[in-house]
Amino acid sequence: MEAVLELRDVSKHYPGHRAVHRVSLAVEAGAFYSILGPSGCGKTSTLRMIAGFDEPTSGEILLRGNPIQNLRPYQRPINTVFQRYALFPHLTVRGNVEFGLKRRGETDYDAKVDEALEMVELTGKESRMPAQLSGGEQQRVALARSLVLTPEVLLLDEPLSALDPNLRKSVRLELKALQRRTGITFVFITHDQEEALSLSDRIAVMNKGEVEQIGTPHEIYLHPTTPFVAGFLGAVNWIDGGKAGVRPEATRIGRVAPEGDVRILQARVSHSVFLGNCVHVETVTALGGRIVAEVAADGYREGDAVYVWWRSADELRFGS
Amino acid sequence: MKSSRWLSAYAVGVYAFLHVPLLVLAAFSFNASKFTVWQGFSLEWYRLAFANDVLVESAWNSLWIALASTAIATTAGTLCAYGLWKRKAPILAGSLYLSLVTPEIVTGVSLLALYQWIFRFLRLQLGMHTVILAHVAFCLAYVVITVIARLRTFDASLEEAAMDLGATEWQAFRLVTLPAILPGVIAAALLAFTVSIDDYVITSLVAGVDSETLPMVVYQMARRGVSPVVNAISTLLVLFLGILIVASERLQQRT
Amino acid sequence: MNRLRTWFLAPARTLNFVFFLVPLAIILAYSLMSRGIYGGVEMPWTFESYQRLFDPLYGGILMRSFAISLLSTVLCLVLGYPLALFIARSGARRNLYLNLVMLPFWTSFLVRTYAWMFLLRDTGLINTVLLAMGVIREPLPLLYNDGAVVLGLVYGYLPFMVLPLYTTLERLDKSLFEAAADLGARPFVAFVQVMLPLSMPGIRAGSILVFISCIGAYLTPDLLGGSKTIMIGNVVQNQFTGARDWPFGAACSLVLMALVMILLKLFLRKGEDQLL
Repeated sequence: MEAVLELRDVSKHYPGHRAVHRVSLAVEAGAFYSILGPSGCGKTSTLRMIAGFDEPTSGEILLRGNPIQNLRPYQRPINTVFQRYALFPHLTVRGNVEFGLKRRGETDYDAKVDEALEMVELTGKESRMPAQLSGGEQQRVALARSLVLTPEVLLLDEPLSALDPNLRKSVRLELKALQRRTGITFVFITHDQEEALSLSDRIAVMNKGEVEQIGTPHEIYLHPTTPFVAGFLGAVNWIDGGKAGVRPEATRIGRVAPEGDVRILQARVSHSVFLGNCVHVETVTALGGRIVAEVAADGYREGDAVYVWWRSADELRFGS
Repeated sequence: MKSSRWLSAYAVGVYAFLHVPLLVLAAFSFNASKFTVWQGFSLEWYRLAFANDVLVESAWNSLWIALASTAIATTAGTLCAYGLWKRKAPILAGSLYLSLVTPEIVTGVSLLALYQWIFRFLRLQLGMHTVILAHVAFCLAYVVITVIARLRTFDASLEEAAMDLGATEWQAFRLVTLPAILPGVIAAALLAFTVSIDDYVITSLVAGVDSETLPMVVYQMARRGVSPVVNAISTLLVLFLGILIVASERLQQRT
Repeated sequence: MNRLRTWFLAPARTLNFVFFLVPLAIILAYSLMSRGIYGGVEMPWTFESYQRLFDPLYGGILMRSFAISLLSTVLCLVLGYPLALFIARSGARRNLYLNLVMLPFWTSFLVRTYAWMFLLRDTGLINTVLLAMGVIREPLPLLYNDGAVVLGLVYGYLPFMVLPLYTTLERLDKSLFEAAADLGARPFVAFVQVMLPLSMPGIRAGSILVFISCIGAYLTPDLLGGSKTIMIGNVVQNQFTGARDWPFGAACSLVLMALVMILLKLFLRKGEDQLL
């Protein structure tokens, strides 16, 4: 399928600091694409370059094949939902949503505004001021404001981080539904791996300004190509001095050594942690390594001699 | 805390020190007698003040000068504050800061020297326009400081959002930033107005014969000796400026 | 973007350049020229004006200006510190108390100076009251002397000291004093050892502002001072009007400017001019 947005070798260098280094990625039309990474990894800098607020030091940004890296933000058919929404405080909800349409010179925009507000379920609140809205409602105004312009790409800068934690899951689902309904390409920036995994068609994992791996949620989680990606997406039992690993939920534990195509280590239980929906049993191997096995229920005491094992297929092996 | 009782008492004392002289001045402006003994309430001095043509004309001059210089200084200053907020301009900022701390007498004589030098080439004289330009020059820094302080509480991402939605830089400033900082701009204007109305030192040096301002006339009257008419004008002036300043303060504190 | 910004800065730049920097340059030039016959300036270039500054008469005026300014600054500090402390501790009402200090300051300086004329003269309120109470038999000469000028300057510029002091004191972490008390320091010791050192930025900023305002004072010594209480500002004004010795007036102005700039450089550390 055609890539609607493409970054080729994009870098943003400051004196003494490389915020973004040689990032290349391609976003398919209609996809929910996430850029995932810890704070400081360069994902926000990348987003700002796509939106046009910063200029790349080198590299190209292409929209449907046309280079846009030299265009001002108002010249790009790309819109942004800001982390803290950036709603215009002196305008009503309606005023905010129609802002972009007015800038285009459109005069007959009321119907579009109504439609956008209906899509985010804010009908009836058009004359409220942003200060009178809840956090979740403000976010929906920010969404409507951008979506009403039917951009080629919608950028979302950590949109869930400013929300109440208990709201996040439900808003997450709404966002996914919204994206499917409108068919607009979403580029979603986050540091939360659960968000990225549950929402995305494709994920680019960034670290220290570079892209470490791009793939589907499945690929990223089950077949990480670097130790960083493995560790960032979930817990990892490191083995072979960090050159390989296995996830706790794939690690089995027992008092008897099993058969089959598995890798087995001998260990002693150090302690158990009850996590509610499962138990993590921590063990120490003969070589001094720490292995955590995820089990449904406890049954091991400190000092117990056990075997820990996993299927070879579940083992994560990293590239060079 | 025991010390806070002493502290409060002390504070009362200092506030008295700061406010009593003006209150006394105001009180005696209503004194029927010319002397410093209270002899009954009277508005005579106020009536005399308003009947004094020179005084009234100078008040009008002060008003026009203040309005004109405030308009110019606020416009130039707001734009300047915005430009400085976007990215530093150390020379301009330093020069504006210097104009704030320069003693008024120095600013005054230097402007006088400038005008005399210009008048060698253009056949002009000291007058309202020279005063207005002088006032603009020293009010500018006050406006810039006030507006910059307001800009520092402004969320820059609002401008980015505006541009993201299709507004050019100028449109973003006009439609989003300016409305947001407007209370600060008005506060700055009120401040500039106050500073302009009250100026004596600089104005006295660059004013022409036909452009006497209120402070100049009051100064001359005060020089000749204390007079209840001066008390009356003073009270009015302080009241007027006080109201403007309070309004300016309120606007600066509004979010 | 940069084009827009250049346009935005242009009016202020022009105004500042033409009506502040250029005049100062002209004054600099004048200070090195000769006095014109009918006032104004003439060629040739000369250092004569600066040489006159070493005349004991003007040296004395400079010294007196310094002394008066220093005394006024110290008094402002002593009077203003407890007030700043009071406001910093006043909790919710602090804006009100702050405004009560700043409000008189922003109304007319001329009127505020005149108010002291009204109070201090021989037939003024203070003397009238003291005479009526029988405390004195003759009016005290309270006006037209150095003391009256100091009083007028302190009255005029006290808010300049209170505001920076308040800002610094207000930012101090209250728990520091609790820690000091916890470690055995009595209030006075805590004040000297903890509060005073930590309020130095405010003390510096306030003192600089007050001193600079005092050293350049014109109205206060003019209205409240006697014939002997001439400060540099009065000399400058005189040279440009009555005495018509512009080069000398210019030289005095530059000395004043140099003083101000040296003081700023010496006492304000980097980042402490929070104004611009």
